[in-house]
Amino acid sequence: MKLYLKIWRQSDAASEGKLVDYELDNVIPHMSFLEMMDTLNEQLVLKGDRPVEFDLDCREGICGQCGMMINGQAHGPIANLTTCQLHMRELKDGDTIYVEPFRALAFPIKRDLRVDRSAFDRIIMAGGFVSVNTGQAPEANGIPITHEQAESAFDSAACIGCGACVATCKNSSAALFTSAKISHLAKLPQGKMESRKRVLSMVKQMDEENFGHCSNTEACEVECPQQISVLNIARMNWEYSLSSVLKK
Amino acid sequence: MELNAKIPPGPLKDKWSFYKDHAKLVNPANRKKMDVIVIGTGLAGSAAAASLAEMGYNVKSFCFQDSARRAHSVAAQGGVNAAKNYKNDGDSVYRMFYDTIKGGDFRSREANVYRLAECSAQLIDQAVAQGVPFGREYGGYLNNRSFGGVQVSRTFYARGQTGQQLLLGSYQALMRQVAAKTVKLYTRHEMLDVVVIDGKARGVIVRNLDTGEIETHSAHTVILATGGFGKIYYLSTLAMGCNASAIWRAHKKGALMACPSWTQVHPTSLPQSGDYQSKLTLMSESLRNDGRIWVPLKPSENRKPNDIPESERDYYLERRYPAFGNLAPRDISSRAAKERIDAGFGVGPQRNAVYLDFSKAIKEQGKGRIKEKYGNLFDMYRKITATDAYVEPMMISPAAHFSMGGLWVDYELMTTIPGLFALGEANFADHGANRLGANSLLQACVDGYFIAPYTVSNYLAGEIKSERVPIDHQAFIDAEVQVRAQLSKLLEINGTKTADYFHKTLGKLLYDYCGLSRSKEGLIHAINEIKKLRADFYKDLKVPGDEDEMNGELEKAGRIGDYLEVAELMCLDALTRDESCGAHFREEYQTPEGEALRNDEKFCFVSAWKWRGEGQEELLIPEPLHFENVELAVRSYK
Repeated sequence: MKLYLKIWRQSDAASEGKLVDYELDNVIPHMSFLEMMDTLNEQLVLKGDRPVEFDLDCREGICGQCGMMINGQAHGPIANLTTCQLHMRELKDGDTIYVEPFRALAFPIKRDLRVDRSAFDRIIMAGGFVSVNTGQAPEANGIPITHEQAESAFDSAACIGCGACVATCKNSSAALFTSAKISHLAKLPQGKMESRKRVLSMVKQMDEENFGHCSNTEACEVECPQQISVLNIARMNWEYSLSSVLKK
Repeated sequence: MELNAKIPPGPLKDKWSFYKDHAKLVNPANRKKMDVIVIGTGLAGSAAAASLAEMGYNVKSFCFQDSARRAHSVAAQGGVNAAKNYKNDGDSVYRMFYDTIKGGDFRSREANVYRLAECSAQLIDQAVAQGVPFGREYGGYLNNRSFGGVQVSRTFYARGQTGQQLLLGSYQALMRQVAAKTVKLYTRHEMLDVVVIDGKARGVIVRNLDTGEIETHSAHTVILATGGFGKIYYLSTLAMGCNASAIWRAHKKGALMACPSWTQVHPTSLPQSGDYQSKLTLMSESLRNDGRIWVPLKPSENRKPNDIPESERDYYLERRYPAFGNLAPRDISSRAAKERIDAGFGVGPQRNAVYLDFSKAIKEQGKGRIKEKYGNLFDMYRKITATDAYVEPMMISPAAHFSMGGLWVDYELMTTIPGLFALGEANFADHGANRLGANSLLQACVDGYFIAPYTVSNYLAGEIKSERVPIDHQAFIDAEVQVRAQLSKLLEINGTKTADYFHKTLGKLLYDYCGLSRSKEGLIHAINEIKKLRADFYKDLKVPGDEDEMNGELEKAGRIGDYLEVAELMCLDALTRDESCGAHFREEYQTPEGEALRNDEKFCFVSAWKWRGEGQEELLIPEPLHFENVELAVRSYK
């Protein structure tokens, strides 16, 4: 396969960025998208040019570190897939491909395709945990949790924190990410205790990080590699309203 | 130099209680004055950092990823073992201890392994309390599955994402402490050296990967929880960033390395499809609960798997190991696969794979049930290979996976540098020569949550009077100068080959000569080749850019420079062990049936290696293993 790449290059947050053209021959359909980028970088290094910086690590779709806008879509053309799991067979020989970073006010660009997603960590810091110290835990089977409840909590907990939901949202909203954690913990008896306080502080932090509001387009669910449901957002809104009303 | 493992006195089952009862404590007022550095935020690192911060110590936590949640523990799929005996199938702490000792081919310490089994039940309690959504039965109680090498069901799981869920639990515990300002977290920071003052670990040199800035941090103790280095084989199940640099640089500062050649090659990974490939994706061992492994009876078979009748299939694990069948331990399963592939029975375009077939399980249990158990794994398989494993068998192949070897630690998980601890996969402690499935998540968690809080406190109790070392101390200045010189050296070579070229070449050498099977001749050859490759690396490497900026190529080059040294020690370690045990299979030492032949008379010890300087062969210091509670037996799964 031959590809025409237009890749976003930007030295740092303060500089101007621009799309730069590259041509790549001999792309193999079984390559993953990141392996295609490796091949490009190898050529750049050998020419003495600065390779394209992009996020990566596990390359099996679970660490959540990789993420690019490929032809305007978060993680590329296939729904519910991370960039590292996108394979070149999904693209066509002779294609022109636009590769850009995840764009959001809350995700400043560090360099090229790498962005700063530490806002997500700060949202978790605001209450995305159960306040239990090491050593305090009671016997695990002490509180039965129904199979359905555990499975449903898992569905929310499966979020990998990649940020595709934010990147794909026209408002750059982090509602799907935040609500997934709120729901995961609210669905379990261990997390239920703190759910009122949690939802208020996590939503407050989300707003302070300059994420936009959710306007229910449901675009996030389409791109989410873990298929986190927008019903989590509904639950967050319900928990938020309830907690706001009941707040002393 | 004699190695002292500091095993507490008393009967096996009382050793850990004895230790806890007698360990020295630091009072809460003094804890605030003591600084702890933790490198790595995987399960071991984040659990230790969070637990020590909860106790009141000042913790600084570092990871090279852009968030603590992305450490490679996240990728563990199948589960975590615990001797809860919820299945009423005869499990106990002793049985789990025995399975683990036997699984490790009697090359680990009894006391360590017993403690691992003893603390396992408590870990499940801790994880459930944190909100880890383990799989449950319809009555609401926790469910279990079976893993390789055991005959009970003691593996707890959260679908095929158990590592992710456990890590989110410890990550959230860590972030709670970051919010409480008891932990200061440094993401995108890589450790480049340990600073040793008066023989004790007193700090680290790190590089900010976003800016290139070199920073120095001082503390009363340093904990390395930096994971395994299976990525040294280039093609592996590990993340791209996994590396040996932190433990290797600690090694060069005086910490002994133990059994570095003991690498677990995982039997169920996706096969290599081409030279461009950057990693081999793992398919959880849990699949072997319901999947059957086979190859065609005829070599170079060209028919599609579903066209090959039952009578022309060789279920070689069921044939060779009837007692354990498809759940034979990993080392044995991988070797059996290699044997069939090498004999010409491999399948797939490169003839480098075997089939993992679910048709019987789907027929018996229904597609729905299989989907519920392994849905995400089947999805992952389809995404990568574009094949539907509900219809056609998966193709799998062995891949480098887990480092049983690592920094030598005593019972307290302290290295031979006082004040320097190594937790989780970074150490050599509990798994011997082969790790059982679902014991790695367990060991990482137990080290971090339950052991380090006691043993690190015990150490710090003796350091209460030590003043904080200012970072303008000469030892910090010297270490920083050395780190900077190392980075400049890599940039100045300006040759014609990329860092990845050296990594791939090294990986191939290791797969061929220090992988699933090793021989004296092959290892000697490999050592010579590695020396040549290292010389070429420092002559012909090309790294663009500068050191004072984000520079992914420079990061890679630094790690590969270290790998080129680790690899040589791996081969030396394998060469000097004239026996076969666990993952270490020397072709010269096997039974007529091709099973591993251990030599307990001469090799019942841990090989600990001491760095003696550039260009000098490392010194072997054996730690003899004493078995007082189990009898050394031939490890049979037949």
